[in-house]
Amino acid sequence: MTTQVTDERIITLPAATVRPIVTGEDWLRRSLLLLVTGFLLVGVLLPLVPLVVRSLSDQNGQFVGLENYVRYFTSPGLASSFVNSMTVATLTTLLAVGLAFGYAWSITRTCMPAKGFFRAVALLPLFVPPLAIAIGLVYLFGNKGLVTTGFFGFFEQTLGAPLAFNINLYGMNGIILGELLYCFPQAFLILTVAAALADARLYEASMALNASALRTFWTVTLPGMRYGLISAIFVCFTLAFTDFGVPKVVGGNFNVLATDIYKQVIGQQNFVMGATISIVLLAPTVIAFVIDRIAQRRQVAVLTARSVPLRPRPHRVIDTLALLYCALIAAAILIVVGTVVYASLVDVWPYKLNLTLRHFDFRNVGGGGWGAYINSLWMSFYTAVFGVIIIFTGAYIIEKSRTWPGLRHFAYFLSMVSVALPGLVIGLAYIFFFNPKSWTILGVAVPNPFAFLYGTMAILVLSNIVHFYTVSFMTGTTALKQIDGEFESVSASLRVPFYRTFARVTLPLSLPAVAEIAMYLFVNAMVTVSAVIFLYSPQIKLASVAIVNMDDAGDTAAAAAMSVLIIAACLVVRMVYTGIVHQLNRRTQAWRLP
Amino acid sequence: MKQFIAMLIAALLLVGCTAVQPGSTAQTGAADSEAAATSGEITVYTALEDDQISNYLPLFNEQYPDIKVNIVRDSTGIITARLLAEKDNPQADVVWGLAATSLLVADQQGMLEPYAPAGLDRIRPEFRDPAEPPHWVGIDTWFSAFCVNTVELEAKGLPIPTSWADLIKPEYKGLIAMPNPASSGTGFLSVSAILQMMGEEEGWAYLDKLHENMAVYTHSGSKPCRMAGAGEVAIGISFDYRAIKQRDAGEPILPVFPAEGSGWEIEANALVKKETISPAAKTFLDWAIGEDIMRLYAASFPITAAVTDVPIPEGYPEDPVAQLVANDFVTMASERENILAQWAERYDGKSEPR
Repeated sequence: MTTQVTDERIITLPAATVRPIVTGEDWLRRSLLLLVTGFLLVGVLLPLVPLVVRSLSDQNGQFVGLENYVRYFTSPGLASSFVNSMTVATLTTLLAVGLAFGYAWSITRTCMPAKGFFRAVALLPLFVPPLAIAIGLVYLFGNKGLVTTGFFGFFEQTLGAPLAFNINLYGMNGIILGELLYCFPQAFLILTVAAALADARLYEASMALNASALRTFWTVTLPGMRYGLISAIFVCFTLAFTDFGVPKVVGGNFNVLATDIYKQVIGQQNFVMGATISIVLLAPTVIAFVIDRIAQRRQVAVLTARSVPLRPRPHRVIDTLALLYCALIAAAILIVVGTVVYASLVDVWPYKLNLTLRHFDFRNVGGGGWGAYINSLWMSFYTAVFGVIIIFTGAYIIEKSRTWPGLRHFAYFLSMVSVALPGLVIGLAYIFFFNPKSWTILGVAVPNPFAFLYGTMAILVLSNIVHFYTVSFMTGTTALKQIDGEFESVSASLRVPFYRTFARVTLPLSLPAVAEIAMYLFVNAMVTVSAVIFLYSPQIKLASVAIVNMDDAGDTAAAAAMSVLIIAACLVVRMVYTGIVHQLNRRTQAWRLP
Repeated sequence: MKQFIAMLIAALLLVGCTAVQPGSTAQTGAADSEAAATSGEITVYTALEDDQISNYLPLFNEQYPDIKVNIVRDSTGIITARLLAEKDNPQADVVWGLAATSLLVADQQGMLEPYAPAGLDRIRPEFRDPAEPPHWVGIDTWFSAFCVNTVELEAKGLPIPTSWADLIKPEYKGLIAMPNPASSGTGFLSVSAILQMMGEEEGWAYLDKLHENMAVYTHSGSKPCRMAGAGEVAIGISFDYRAIKQRDAGEPILPVFPAEGSGWEIEANALVKKETISPAAKTFLDWAIGEDIMRLYAASFPITAAVTDVPIPEGYPEDPVAQLVANDFVTMASERENILAQWAERYDGKSEPR
């Protein structure tokens, strides 16, 4: 009911505000849109061109049409890999989005205690390098894991009951568990932004109409969070479908499509097939993108200019249940992270379990030690600062301006595509695109204007911004969507320049989301491996790559120790973030308080 | 031994002939006569282990304090992929200690500059590219070995396997890990050794039985040994250096060299072809096969490219060369795709955890 009314308003109002004369302000908007689109072209689309070209060529660079695709689709084991990938992605999405929805709802819509704590714990898995998560899972659920052996028979001795469970880690169970830890924080991040803003008037109306809690949930809560839900599903499905980090470590014999790229590129140096599979993996994202667009067309502003912010009311039963629910999930996360910390302290797992700090001395292991750690901090800092400026500007100009719809849709599409690019693919595509001194286009050599970036800090930062663009962009878009377009319309009719509306209304309202994006970019840049492992230069070694090298060399404990340092850095940033948001909320979100 | 050398030489000659690119041998003659450069800055791509590098490199820094060496180290697969992907504008000046099969691929793409490092005459002929001057020069070999966790086997009351034949006994069901040959060179090494030793038919029948006993296939060549060291599996099919190293680190690992023989591979150096080749790169390549460093290699590798007076490291067979199976690199390289396709067909589909 409300939906239709607002829908009309959204559709008709902009038409009314469009003036036939193109003003300087419009040009400013257009240049911003061009800048953002240009960034996405260079960061996302153009680097894919050499990949597409390779997928249509044979090993010697001769054009062969679709031959590689035919070969891939007729390769043995592909059908089972496809079914496996779909199963993993679907189950992960259901679990991650379902659990994150309840968690986000509990934190934003109930009066349970310790919300700040639970919010922090939900994001904790993002702070843990993927390899460390795998170490944690193996130490817990592997054949010698704490859970599998019942704490090495400790329970059996003390409690008389074995209390040991073997979940068969190596295979589908391990992959889903790993992907769940990887996707849950991302889904939580999107959903919590979506759930944070709600119009109390709708709930009052619902109460006045004597609707049951369930009915209110279906007719008010869910529709209000629809965009966030669809986005979360899109992100989780794509991440679980294209990630190869988790299957690589705990996948065992359970083959998925994403590891096919690894086998071709790293195992057999077959870039042609690697490129072909990368392009094939993009297909689900494009389909999901179309679905997302359709759903998004019906999206309405949840927070209108007349909205009254929802203040959750205490309710003993619901608050207790929410607390229990969050505590369970938080405990699961903390156990995995705690195991990583434990792994960094144990002398020789699982045979000498005494604790030591010797693994934090990185002098005797490879990878660059503390220097690499400092490099990673700088890289993550740059990624956060430049990333948040570019991504939030992008989200704003795509969401809030009405200029050049074709280009806006194109930029939106590019913003969504990046999530479907596994880091390995970004890394390779960047070498192909940025490394050559000149490109050959239709037989003509054209100097590469971006070649100077190769081997610098800038390309690492660029690859990170692109790699983590989509979730940040969605967080920004979700926050912006919830701010009524009327703010813009009113400002426009009062002849207030859009940038002043942006600075005075939109940006202050969105500051929590801006801080969230910066933090998300920072922590991801700290832990990511797959893209930067191809791009780091000998002068700029990175902590996350060092972890892989140390683990590769058998120094699992040192790898865990470096992971602990990364987690610590992320926690510090998280605390700074909380401090900032607290200040911001006092200053800019006061309107939400009664 | 004789047989493997003959086969290897024949094999490498073939590869050498097909791989030489027209014009690639043109400019080396003049460069050789220059005196070795003692200053400059070079980038070195390597797949040697981190602890080996920190053992070897100080020797170079001592001798050439004015040459700055930037090391990029990663696993064989990553370094090879990076090297090949950068083909249009190579970043590396020198490749140091990378699998010869990887260098063959780079050579086929015309990425290597032929160079005869000083002291080449001391290198055993089977350890270098037969072309003159060679496109690559070997430094050591590594070969397949089992990492056997003695604590786990003892707890289960099982004997220590000593041969490939032992691994397919039913009592080891679910206790073995090996690298997937499609993801790891070490994995392919073992599979190709089995197929060459037993012949195609018998080899695949053996692999079928091995598959029945396999707990997990990994994507990295060192992972099975690390899993064995952590007790995740009892037996990891991996390679020699890894097994010895983990044993020395205090893990309950017994390195076992299978009685039938091991698959093997050469680690080699090469000069990367690029617009301006730094003279310091050649200095490095000269040093990298010199007498001093060869003795250091010999302390951790039982078979080195030049004969040294360093005794065979502890834990290796007395005659390590006898441990190596006859390896036809060329046939294996050309058959690789077929073997992997067949492997995938046989074992990838049945992926349910057992």
